Amino acid sequence: MNTKTLGHDGHNSDSTDIFGFWMYIMTDCVLFATLFAAFAVLHNNTYGGPGIKQLVSLPYVFGETMFLLISNLTYGLGLLSVHKRNQKQLLGWLYVSIIFGVGFLTMELNEFIGIVREGHSWQSSAALSSFFTLVGTHGLHVFLGLVWMVVLSFQVTKLKINSTMVRRLTYLGLFWNFLDIVWIFVFTIVYLMGAI
Amino acid sequence: MNDNNICQSTLSGNGHKTLTTYLVGFNASLFLTIIAFYLVFRHLLSDTHLYIAVVLLALAQLYVQVIFFLRVNASKESRMNLLSFLFTILIITVLVGGSLWIMYNLNYNMMH
Repeated sequence: MNTKTLGHDGHNSDSTDIFGFWMYIMTDCVLFATLFAAFAVLHNNTYGGPGIKQLVSLPYVFGETMFLLISNLTYGLGLLSVHKRNQKQLLGWLYVSIIFGVGFLTMELNEFIGIVREGHSWQSSAALSSFFTLVGTHGLHVFLGLVWMVVLSFQVTKLKINSTMVRRLTYLGLFWNFLDIVWIFVFTIVYLMGAI
Repeated sequence: MNDNNICQSTLSGNGHKTLTTYLVGFNASLFLTIIAFYLVFRHLLSDTHLYIAVVLLALAQLYVQVIFFLRVNASKESRMNLLSFLFTILIITVLVGGSLWIMYNLNYNMMH
């Protein structure tokens, strides 16, 4: 731990940097809001094909939700071991978070493949275009978050826990939590409301 | 404020995080998610009531995660985060609400 992080009163460059990353997340919220608006407008335009209700299974989506929520918790527990400067514990929690994140992504891809195999691709109807765009954009974010997590776990092994690593881990923590919050609205608006 | 505290508030970008806040947030999120899925899966309410229920449960979970995971609060250190967050909610409301309003009217006028 060098003096860059310590010995400040919270108004240092680190907290300004983190505020900058927070602003990126806020703009990403607006991106998702536009996709949600598109989905809300188009979700009934199935062009004679099946709606979301016929294509998805609620227990399956519940499983996906659990994977992402648990991954979020374990990443948070990892951040707590950063406070304790416990590198081994941090790496352990990072690996667990990666495993649960991969589990989520695998389930989602499997669901997509199943839907496309049944002959309903994103070209079938406006409803499915907006469905795949919204859920796929979230999945792409999760994928990038996982790549980022793998990179950070290598960096932690190489560089140990220093102030730069702490900042990077904090960014990813905000990003990972943000993705779980977006997922709350995905499962509520796309899956639950679609299934009613 | 001791070193450890400074470190934690710098770290999180927002308020302090502890094991308790994570576990409370996780259990509350889990509880709200299970209720939402169970209500819809068993179709326990009428359609309109189900829509209202799942939206309220989602908003409750948003609140839980923002408070217990992101730790956004009104303290001096995270005030800018809170303000930008509230501003984003305003933008999203205008964007989504406005789009739906316009498209609904457009749809209505095409039909009549």
